[in-house]
Amino acid sequence: MFEFLFLVFTFPLLGFLTLAIGRQRISENAAAYIGVGSVGLSALLTAIIGWQFYHQPAGFSYTQELWTWMSVGDFSPRFALRLDQLSMLMMCVICGVGFFIHLFASWYMRGDEAYPRFFAYMNLFVTAMLFLVLGDNLLFLYFGWEGVGLASYLLIGFWYQDAANGAAARKSFIITRVGDTFMAIGLFIIFHGLGTLNIQDAMSLAPQKWAEGGTMVTAAALLLLGGAVGKSAQLPLQTWLPDAMAGPTPVSALIHAATMVTAGVYLIARTHVLFELSPFALDTVGWIGGITLLLAGFTALTQTDIKKILAYSTMSQIGYMFLALGAGAYQPAVFHLMTHAFFKALLFLSAGSVILACHHEQDIFKMGGLRKKIPFTFWVFLIGSLGLVAFPLTSGFFSKDKILFEAWAYGHHAFYWMGLGGAFLTGLYTFRLIFIAFFGESRATHDAHAHDDHGHGGEITQPKGGDHTLPLAVLAVAALFGGWIHIPLDAVLPQPAISEAAEHVEYSMMAASVGVSFLGIFLAWFFFLKNPALAAGIKQSAIGQLLFRWWRAAFGFDWLYDLLFVKPYLFIVRLIRRDVADQAIGLLPRLTLAFNSLFSNTQTGQLRWYAGMTAAGAVVVIAAVILI
Amino acid sequence: MILLWLILIPFIGGLLAWQGERWVGRGFPRWVALATMLLSLGISVWLWCVGDFSLQSVGGMPHWTVEYQVPWIPRFGISLHLAMDGLGLLMVVLTNFLGVVAVTCSWREIERNVGFFHLNLLWNLGGVVGIFLAIDLFLFFFFWEMMLVPMYFLIALWGHNAPGGKGRVYAANKFFIFTQASGLVMLLAILGLVVVHYQQTGVITFDYMDLLKTQMAPQVEMLLMLGFFVAFAVKMPTVPLHSWLPDAHSQAPTAGSVDLAGILLKTAAYGVLRFGLPIFPNASAQFAPVAMWLGVAGILYGAFMCFSQTDIKRLIAYSSVSHMGFVLIGLYAGTPQALQGVVVQMIAHGLSAGALFVLCGEIYERLHTRDMRQMGGLWSRFPYLPPIAMFFAMAALGMPGLGNFVGEFLILVGSWSVAPLITVLAASGLVLSAVYSLILVQRAFHGPSPKDAEPLKDLGKRELCMMGVLMVLLLALGLYPQTVLDTSASAMDQVHSIYSAAQALAGEAP
Repeated sequence: MFEFLFLVFTFPLLGFLTLAIGRQRISENAAAYIGVGSVGLSALLTAIIGWQFYHQPAGFSYTQELWTWMSVGDFSPRFALRLDQLSMLMMCVICGVGFFIHLFASWYMRGDEAYPRFFAYMNLFVTAMLFLVLGDNLLFLYFGWEGVGLASYLLIGFWYQDAANGAAARKSFIITRVGDTFMAIGLFIIFHGLGTLNIQDAMSLAPQKWAEGGTMVTAAALLLLGGAVGKSAQLPLQTWLPDAMAGPTPVSALIHAATMVTAGVYLIARTHVLFELSPFALDTVGWIGGITLLLAGFTALTQTDIKKILAYSTMSQIGYMFLALGAGAYQPAVFHLMTHAFFKALLFLSAGSVILACHHEQDIFKMGGLRKKIPFTFWVFLIGSLGLVAFPLTSGFFSKDKILFEAWAYGHHAFYWMGLGGAFLTGLYTFRLIFIAFFGESRATHDAHAHDDHGHGGEITQPKGGDHTLPLAVLAVAALFGGWIHIPLDAVLPQPAISEAAEHVEYSMMAASVGVSFLGIFLAWFFFLKNPALAAGIKQSAIGQLLFRWWRAAFGFDWLYDLLFVKPYLFIVRLIRRDVADQAIGLLPRLTLAFNSLFSNTQTGQLRWYAGMTAAGAVVVIAAVILI
Repeated sequence: MILLWLILIPFIGGLLAWQGERWVGRGFPRWVALATMLLSLGISVWLWCVGDFSLQSVGGMPHWTVEYQVPWIPRFGISLHLAMDGLGLLMVVLTNFLGVVAVTCSWREIERNVGFFHLNLLWNLGGVVGIFLAIDLFLFFFFWEMMLVPMYFLIALWGHNAPGGKGRVYAANKFFIFTQASGLVMLLAILGLVVVHYQQTGVITFDYMDLLKTQMAPQVEMLLMLGFFVAFAVKMPTVPLHSWLPDAHSQAPTAGSVDLAGILLKTAAYGVLRFGLPIFPNASAQFAPVAMWLGVAGILYGAFMCFSQTDIKRLIAYSSVSHMGFVLIGLYAGTPQALQGVVVQMIAHGLSAGALFVLCGEIYERLHTRDMRQMGGLWSRFPYLPPIAMFFAMAALGMPGLGNFVGEFLILVGSWSVAPLITVLAASGLVLSAVYSLILVQRAFHGPSPKDAEPLKDLGKRELCMMGVLMVLLLALGLYPQTVLDTSASAMDQVHSIYSAAQALAGEAP
């Protein structure tokens, strides 16, 4: 079956082409069948290939060469797919979770006039994402990398008639493009240092050609990290992710939670050899992850938009993955990538269900008491949240625990403490959301929806239908039990030995992290359900106001970047608006004209003027002869 | 002989179209022009299929696949010497293909003096083909100047008087003066080269193959090289000599813009590859840092200028300035990857910019404005045009899978070993190109559509066909550029072998 590997991305590609060319001629139902079906076929094929793959001996990998992309001198990247333990796992996540999100989207987007266009973009995204994880060389990976960026841009700006969505889409594309450009420069360094962009070759050549801690390898690793932080919305290129929530909610689930934003984690895991050669770069990865995880956690505490809370939570969870990578705990990082895909996709989809049930209301302070009105959605949302806060025995519990434990075991105690702090924040902000939105009294103001086209302030009722319920149910099961899946990664990612002394503390650590999570949940209950007045009081105090506003503005990064980059850019644009180079050259004809008028003015036609000038000229010449 | 026909066919076709209008009717010139360009395209593609372009150069001398020579003015060693190698062939194919596009896209746009319009268009195309085939420097100069005149008329007679602009005659004059003046400098350099060669060997000749071996004192070489460079820099165009381009584009008819962006700009890069680097390798190697910095300046300046434009055609014109900056860097980096990247970039830019100009023409036909402030929300008013424009905007910002990415990536990866800092700065152009391409899409197509907006007439079959072909070609170039790379490989190897020796010398000298 491995020889059919290329079909995995061919199905969605064909889906994209059909929908893109057919456009409005394709009915809504046909578009749903094509869009969801193509990913479904990919998922089926992935399952078959995966089943075969796990019956191969450990360390098995399969490479399928399609064709050589270009060949100039010794630069000859090719289009080749590589299936190993890491790409197999990623493929399962993309096609598996992706399929259910597509199915949910076929419900969510019903009635949108551009239904086929939506699925065209979604299929394009799946294709590009598969390129990204299956590419066996960095240039092919870069192809997918840019492709998912394009799909993300198209989907964020899907409702293009609102200029704000267009601005959000542009912002996300341009900021990630900054990271991509760093990555491209990293590719130049790798190619010139190692003579190849093939990942396997480069990784085996790097230790031979580059000394540990050398400048070149550090530069290459940091530049790849630049690409990774752009795509994965980590400090300092994180500001685009909250804006990306302008896209339809299934898009947020697929692209901005489950798959694309974890591409950075995948990239670093893939090229971990380079990072191990440069301890500085590896440390940087961990610190970036740790700081992002805390900053995003604080910001999530202050948001009121349900999707933005989830967006900051995604940023924070990816921070965990980066932290794990930085600590050398590659396998837990990838494990967390998978479990996060389950519970975060579930959270976003159930948030989508909430949003539609509440007639496009996203502010949690205008919800309240939803537990009784939409019980199914409440339960799946709760399951997702339990995964997110690493409630014991849910999927997130296993992966987060592994990360914290291994970070400690490998001697990265600072990372451990940051991770523990993050666990507390996660419990707090997640259950703040739940207690405010699902418990208490309803705060919905019906007149706000007077102009809503989906029902004029109608009752909030539980959405139904298999295409709505099935994906949520399946993902809920995965979010609950996904942690029991054992994913073999030993052939691809190293697993350093853990000292016996460290093993002894494993259970006490587990208890500690569960403890802080519960503390967070308890405080959330205390402040946001039991004593909301107290929380409001703290918020109203001077220092509370200051912190609240600072956190709410996501620590002011948008403001800072506006000051540092956007304003100077616009200043330069204004400065040269009239094309200063052209104006400089425009002096020439003006000069010519000036001389022209000067000399033509001497042609007066008056004899005495000519005689006078002749005499004056003669005087000048004679004087010059005498004096010089 | 076949090479001569490649040049003659457009000239004859032009005359036929011109005279035919009087005797047959207004539709006649269009069909004649289309048939002419299709015939030329057919011949050039046929040459591509049957020719062997992998012949290696011998002793630094290019190896021509097809050659044709008859004496013209024997006293001065001037002959009608035409030759074609892989590089020339690719440029001729591109010219003829864009010629077909140019004829097709003016099908409905041009209503006045249809015959004379096509005379000018075809003569211009024929002149450009002449540039790509001539390897006698006198003949080269002849074509170089000759093609300006029809272009001048295209802008001056069929151009638009965009409101706020300075008018089509102004634009045409500016174009003519810039290129004519710089061409004059090149003529002086050509004469100087011939004189130097005469002093050495006692033979007067304008033939490329002879002049290639000329030995020059360093100062003389630098002076003559600069003479050529000025002409090429204006045509490329290079900042700060670029300003004729936006003016010319904003006033030119669609066919004229396609012609300018797709083909005329390429003659400059071709000139550097064919003459600048091989004849003056040492001076070029010394001059390289300056040229590459000019390239960086072009990339950044063009990209910044794009952002403040309101006229959609001016925006694309400035994006051409930016893209040509990459070409300039690649040319003077001189590594095999960079040179091959230049070839791909020239073709890809020709296709993508040409397509964008055609789309601008289509929008203009429907809205009667090119001001982006009056557009907005076009996405919902057409089914096909906006996504197609989006495709080409993506090509312009260097999306992998399309030709421009291959060109830019090869140029940058090839330039890294020569000039890392310049490469990094040039790479920042990737971000800036994203900014202006997306702002173009936003301003023209996204946003709310006006309240009283009616759906506009979409692209017809003719236009859809043309766009489809352009899209397929860009995709092919992006996914399998090897066909092109193999064709130009030996020509680029020859340039590289001459230039790299000089680079090594220049590297040792200081």
